[in-house]
Amino acid sequence: MGNPNVGKSVVFSRLTGADVIASNYPGTTVDFSKGKMRIDGKKVEIIDAPGTYSLVPTNKAEEVAAKMFKDADVVINVVDATNLERNLYLTLELLEKDKPIIIALNLWDEAKHLGIHIDVEELERMLGVPVVPTVAITGEGIKTLVSRIKEAKSPDHIKPTSDEARWIEIGSIIKKIEKVGHRHHSIADRIADATIKPFTGIPVAAIIILFSFWIVRLIGENLIAYVFDPFFYGWYKPIMMQLSNLLGSGFLHDIVIGQLINGDIDFMQSMGLLTTGLYVPIGAVLPYIIAFYFILSLLEDSGYLPRLSTLVDNVFHKLGMHGYGIISVFLGLGCNVPGALATRTLETRKQRFISATLLAIAVPCMAQTAMVFGALGRYGIKYIIMVFLTLGILYIIMGLILNKLVKGESPEIFLEIPPYHRPSLIAVTKKTWMRIRWFLKDAIPFLFLGVFIVNVLYVLGILQWISSILSPFTNMLFGLPGSASIALIMGFLRKDLAVGLLLSLGMSPLQLVIAVTMLTIYFPCVATFAVLTRELGVKDMLKATMIMIGTAVVVGAIMKLILLGI
Amino acid sequence: MGGKIVPLASLSPGMVASIIEVRGGYGIQRKLHIMGIMPGKKVRLVSVQPMRGPVTIETNGRQISLGRGMAARILVEVIE
Repeated sequence: MGNPNVGKSVVFSRLTGADVIASNYPGTTVDFSKGKMRIDGKKVEIIDAPGTYSLVPTNKAEEVAAKMFKDADVVINVVDATNLERNLYLTLELLEKDKPIIIALNLWDEAKHLGIHIDVEELERMLGVPVVPTVAITGEGIKTLVSRIKEAKSPDHIKPTSDEARWIEIGSIIKKIEKVGHRHHSIADRIADATIKPFTGIPVAAIIILFSFWIVRLIGENLIAYVFDPFFYGWYKPIMMQLSNLLGSGFLHDIVIGQLINGDIDFMQSMGLLTTGLYVPIGAVLPYIIAFYFILSLLEDSGYLPRLSTLVDNVFHKLGMHGYGIISVFLGLGCNVPGALATRTLETRKQRFISATLLAIAVPCMAQTAMVFGALGRYGIKYIIMVFLTLGILYIIMGLILNKLVKGESPEIFLEIPPYHRPSLIAVTKKTWMRIRWFLKDAIPFLFLGVFIVNVLYVLGILQWISSILSPFTNMLFGLPGSASIALIMGFLRKDLAVGLLLSLGMSPLQLVIAVTMLTIYFPCVATFAVLTRELGVKDMLKATMIMIGTAVVVGAIMKLILLGI
Repeated sequence: MGGKIVPLASLSPGMVASIIEVRGGYGIQRKLHIMGIMPGKKVRLVSVQPMRGPVTIETNGRQISLGRGMAARILVEVIE
C-alpha cells in the first residue's frame, strides 16, 4: 500500500504473474486487484490496496485500504522517492502498528534525475525495516524486493504518537538522509504547466479529447473488421444456422434464435437470445469498450486526468460536484457500470448522488452510443449531434437544479497533480482488462437476462398489451407513433435492442431523435441500476429513478414542441 | 523577509511565497498538512482557473490543486 500516484499498481504488476483478478471489497464497491506470487517456492496472495495518504480515511476507498492493512500478514509500503517527506507520514503510521513492513522506495530513477540524493542505509537504520530502491516501470530492484520480503518486520522503537510528533520525526529523518541538489525549471516543467493554465490548458484539453475519440473509433473499427466480425460471421453464424434448423419453428426457436430475416439470421434484427442478444453486446459494443478503456487508462497513467479535473472544476463545482466528477463521466462513456463505481471517489453523499443521477440520465454508454448511431447514422450527422447536444445541455441544467435541491455539502477540490509519467504498458493493459471485466461480469449477464425477459414477454403478447395502454400518451406527449411505446418499455431491459424495433416503425428522423434521446435518459441499463442501488442505497436510488423518468417525460415533450412544432 | 502577508488565493501565477498560517479547524489543518502544506513551506502559484475555479500550487516539487475557499484560508508572505 502507499499514497496515490506512487506506482503501486506498477509494482503490483511486476510482482504478480498473469492471473490477476479484479474483485470488490465485501460490502462495498471499491475495486482492487488480487494476484498470486511466489516467495521461496511458496505461493502467496498479494493485494493492490487503494491509494491513501493516511490510515485515518477520508473516503470509501481509503476506508478499504485501512481495513486491508488490518487483515494483511506482511505489508509492502510503496513510497515515492521524489516526494519522501509527504510519503513518510503514512509510513510512520504503518510502522506504529504491529505489522511486518517492507518499504519499496519507488521512482528511484526519477529522484536521481531530479537531483534528490537519499541515504538508503541510514533510512533503513532509522526506520528499522528493509528499504529497497525500485524502478517499477523497468523492473529494477523488484527481485531484491521479493528476496527481502522475509526480512519485513515491525520496529519496536516507533510508538503510536500524535500528528505533530510525527511531523517533527519526519523532519528530522529528512534532514539526516536526504540531500536535494538545486533544480532549474526545465522545459518539461513549462510544458506541464501549460496544460494546467486555463489559457493554454483548455485548447490542449479539447485537442486531447477529440484525438482520443478518434483513436478509439479507429481501434474499435479495426477490432470489429479483423477480429470480431470474422469470428461472428465466419465461425459462429453457421453454428447458429444449424441450431436454427435443429430447433425448427416454435416458441423455443423464437426465444433462442429469434426471427429469420429472408431465411437467414440477421445479427441486428433477429432478436434471439443467442443471435442479436449475444452479438450486440459482444460483437458491436465490446470492441469499442476495449478501445475506449485502453485509451482512458493510458491518459490516466500518464497523469493527465488530474489536470483535466482542475480545468473543469469551476463548472463541475456549480453542478454540485468538483472536478473529479469528470472521471465518472469519462468512465461512464464506456460502460456506465465503472462510471457508477467511480462516483465513490467523491467525498459526500450529495456529490455522489448528483454524479450518479447525472451519469444515468445524460451520459450515454457505448451501447447507447451505438444505438444512437445505428438509428440515426443513415440520416446524417446532424441528427446525431442533436441527441448528444441535448444530453450535454441536460447534464448542465440538471446539475444546476440538483445542486440547488439536494441537501448536503459539496466540498472543494483538493487534488495532487502528479508529474507526467511514461505509462507502463503492462499496468495499462491490466487496468484495461480490469475495467472490461466489469462489463463482461456485471453488465453482460443482465443484458442476457434482459433479452430473455423481453422475448418471453413478446411471445406471450404482454409487451404488446402494455404498449397498447401507453400508446395514446406517447402520441400526445411526444409526437411518436403509439407503437413506439413498445420500444420504450423494452428499453427498460435492453436499450440496444430497442433500436431494431424503432427502425421498423417508419418514423421521421426527427421523431427518431426524440425516441432515441428519451431512451437514453429515462433509465440506465439494469446492470447500472443494480450497481447504483448498491452504491446509493435503495431510498436514494428510488429518488434518482423518479428524477430520470420525470426528466425523460419533460425532455420528450419539450423536444416535440421544438423539433416537430406541434 | 518583511514581505506583505496576504491570502494564497490573491497571488498571481508565477509568484513565490512562504506559508505563514493555515486558518481553520483541525480537519482542514490536517488535510493540508498531510499533503505538505504547512507553515514555513515555500509555495509557487502555478495557475488560477477562471470563474472562481481552483488554484494550483507547487510545494516540495509537487503540484496540488485546491479550491478557492481553501486557498483563502492559507496566509502567505510574498517572497518574489
